[in-house]
Amino acid sequence: MPITHPNLRLTRLDGAIPVWLGEINPDDLPSICQNVQDGGGRLVALWGSDARELAGKSFALHVALVNEAGLICLSLALDAVQPVYPDISRIFPAASRMQRAAYDLLGIYAHEGHDHRKWVRHAAWHGGSFPLRKDFDAAQSRSPLSNSLPLAGERTNEKGNLEFSDEPDAYPFVQVEGQGVHEIPVGPVHAGTIEPGHFRFSVVGEKVLRLEERFGYTHKGIEKRFESLTLQQGVKLAGRVSGDSTVAYAWAYAMAAESIAAVTPPDRALWLRALFLERERIANHLGDLGYLGNDVALSFGFAQFWILKEQVLRNNAALFGHRYLMDKIIPGGVAVDLAEPGMQTLRDECAMLEHEARLLRGIYEEHAGVQDRFIGAGRVEPKLAAQLGLCGLAGRASAQAWDARVQFPCAPYDRLDVQMATYRNGDVAARVIVRFDELFESLRLQREILANLMQGAELARPIGKLPGNGFGIGMVEGWRGEVLVAIHTDAQGNLTRVHPHDPSWQNWPVLEHAVLGNIVPDFPLINKSFNLSYSGQDL
Amino acid sequence: MMAMDQTLGILFQFYQSLLVVLLAPLLTGWVSQCRAWLQNRTGPGLLQPYRTLRKLFHKDAVIAHNASPLFRITPYILFGCMWLAAAIIPIIAVDLPFSPAADVIALVGVFALARVFIALAAMDIGTAFGALGARREMLVSFLAEPALLMVLFTASLISQSTQLPRIVEALAHHQFVLYPSLAFAALAFVIVLLAENARIPVDNPGTHLELTMIHEAMILEYSARHLALIEWASSLKLFAYISLGIALFFPHGIAEVGAMVGNWGGALPLAITALLAKLVMAGAGLALLETLLAKMRIFRAPEFLGTAFLLAVLGLLIHFLLGA
Repeated sequence: MPITHPNLRLTRLDGAIPVWLGEINPDDLPSICQNVQDGGGRLVALWGSDARELAGKSFALHVALVNEAGLICLSLALDAVQPVYPDISRIFPAASRMQRAAYDLLGIYAHEGHDHRKWVRHAAWHGGSFPLRKDFDAAQSRSPLSNSLPLAGERTNEKGNLEFSDEPDAYPFVQVEGQGVHEIPVGPVHAGTIEPGHFRFSVVGEKVLRLEERFGYTHKGIEKRFESLTLQQGVKLAGRVSGDSTVAYAWAYAMAAESIAAVTPPDRALWLRALFLERERIANHLGDLGYLGNDVALSFGFAQFWILKEQVLRNNAALFGHRYLMDKIIPGGVAVDLAEPGMQTLRDECAMLEHEARLLRGIYEEHAGVQDRFIGAGRVEPKLAAQLGLCGLAGRASAQAWDARVQFPCAPYDRLDVQMATYRNGDVAARVIVRFDELFESLRLQREILANLMQGAELARPIGKLPGNGFGIGMVEGWRGEVLVAIHTDAQGNLTRVHPHDPSWQNWPVLEHAVLGNIVPDFPLINKSFNLSYSGQDL
Repeated sequence: MMAMDQTLGILFQFYQSLLVVLLAPLLTGWVSQCRAWLQNRTGPGLLQPYRTLRKLFHKDAVIAHNASPLFRITPYILFGCMWLAAAIIPIIAVDLPFSPAADVIALVGVFALARVFIALAAMDIGTAFGALGARREMLVSFLAEPALLMVLFTASLISQSTQLPRIVEALAHHQFVLYPSLAFAALAFVIVLLAENARIPVDNPGTHLELTMIHEAMILEYSARHLALIEWASSLKLFAYISLGIALFFPHGIAEVGAMVGNWGGALPLAITALLAKLVMAGAGLALLETLLAKMRIFRAPEFLGTAFLLAVLGLLIHFLLGA
């Protein structure tokens, strides 16, 4: 048992990674969360579902926590009329935005939560309508606002006494007041081609006193779209939640589906999946290392790293048919095989990358100008990182030793002995070091995978339809951090709720802290050193 | 003879000014091309700045509703200032009619005038980035300007004049002497050149990161012909600075108009060849510097420019101590 609590009975879920399920009373949620937090665990995901169609069921809240034993998924049945649950953002600060998103999408809300501002909702639908409810009427929710709801001002919500703003897109940023303090609004449209996000800086001179992020500009209704897809269509959508992590998402989705269907993919498919995942990590780390050079105006590093990344992408296209490996993982296996000439191409590529990346690492590390910019910028102390639940690559650079490939190794990672890269400093330089270490480790893993790739003609054990009323969860260590996908099926075995969860949910709020006390022109560098996904958390 | 000199001088002045306006974007293109080569990239080609200018002149300008006339006239003032600066500096010949009109101090003044207008225009619309850029530009320039003056004073002390043609004549046409004081001044000048032309390591002319910009942040609101003039003025400024550097530190080859009378075959082609060779070298050198260096944290810029000032003062002191 991963944790013990008097009111908690956990059952182990079948699947590739250790997952425990527990149905609890809403009142027990804070004490269980506190219990997990005291034991060094943290929050991975929080989402809601609407099960009012089923007899005796209503809304449900799902909280995925992790500690060293595995993933603990708690489900709480909520009232149909007043779906409230106790706030857990005091225990896990990362929960705050997830709770706000759960209200915007499903209308379930945290009792006594301290932040009730909207999160993913902009002006695309009204405050009183909730897209993820089964009785949601898209046509009505888009009718002109003036006809149905008051335009301005806070109003009391019909579900309780909480106040939510219903202005088209009014959003009360926290104001910082003082002598010489002013605000710099940046985005959502930026000078470069990056994803849209709004950053509100409160600065005095060049020094950042406060940063507040505002996202949701890339909300595409992914979770709603899943409801009308089949299992096979769903994996394509999952692979497009955040394009740079397409392998991680597709694998997590497939893992969740395989857990429900109790199917184990063929060995060769699992090894190929690991190969794809490591190649995704290699490509993204190379790209980021180039961008980090570019952000300190060392265009030389940018050009060199992007030549290497381009080589990886071209090999992907030549061998697997897609530069970013989209749609190569399917529920039950993989969609593409690797022949012997291709393996030789990858071995040659590994040797080339290893050699070039070592040279470039030397150049970065010995360049005084680059190191002067990297060292000390955007520092997140390990203590703060633990408190806020910083995860993934950025977490490992702040001594948060979490890596699903190491702690919960699903096949074939259980036979690969992954070395986790961690560093204590928590600044941009540390995140660069972790990227380099992980790059070389991934190259080693790729060689290992190629050497041990299981033989076999079978690439997939197809899953036709999932069993009814099933629940499965998949978690994969993507290059950015742990990617989680949860699948709920209805009585007929159709997808009724799919929640893809990006590590950016946990890490974006930490960026607000990382930039404090730094100067404004260092923000792009600090931001890039985290390189978080907008699309992955706007959904 | 005198009248002929004057006519020739005016003709030369005209040709030099025209040449500078037309050649300046080519120099910018050359620097970009060298940077691309040094980074293993193909590069956009030498003529890219001209294509950009043509594109911008064909577009319709978008101007904020609350822009004052200052915002509209600034690009013209900027362009005029840089053109005037380029006309003052002896580029292919020394005794041009314009040159006595303004000395090196006036030259620094012309640069300052342009800066005041661009900073005011940046703040005119009231966007956060304009004010941000203007503030940073002032931080950089109030340190760069005295350093530049000190460099020019060192050269003036050697030639006993603040007139650029006299300085060039003194340095180029007398017997060949190595001036240690000028070596320090040259180092200081390179630093000022990097800072004043928004080059790496002080600013990054190629960046898309609006929060890190200095010069680019000031001109974010400009478009079309206004932007084209500003870009062109930036090219002119770089050209003027590099020409100034050449005139002060490598003046050999710059012709005297007087010497050209009756000697067409010798002085002019030599002067133009020498100029082109020096510009090619200077552009490649600038590209090399920009490739090797990373951009420094903005609060390092004062230290960097402080170093320039220190070097320039050292140059002056050496002149007084050694008389060289």
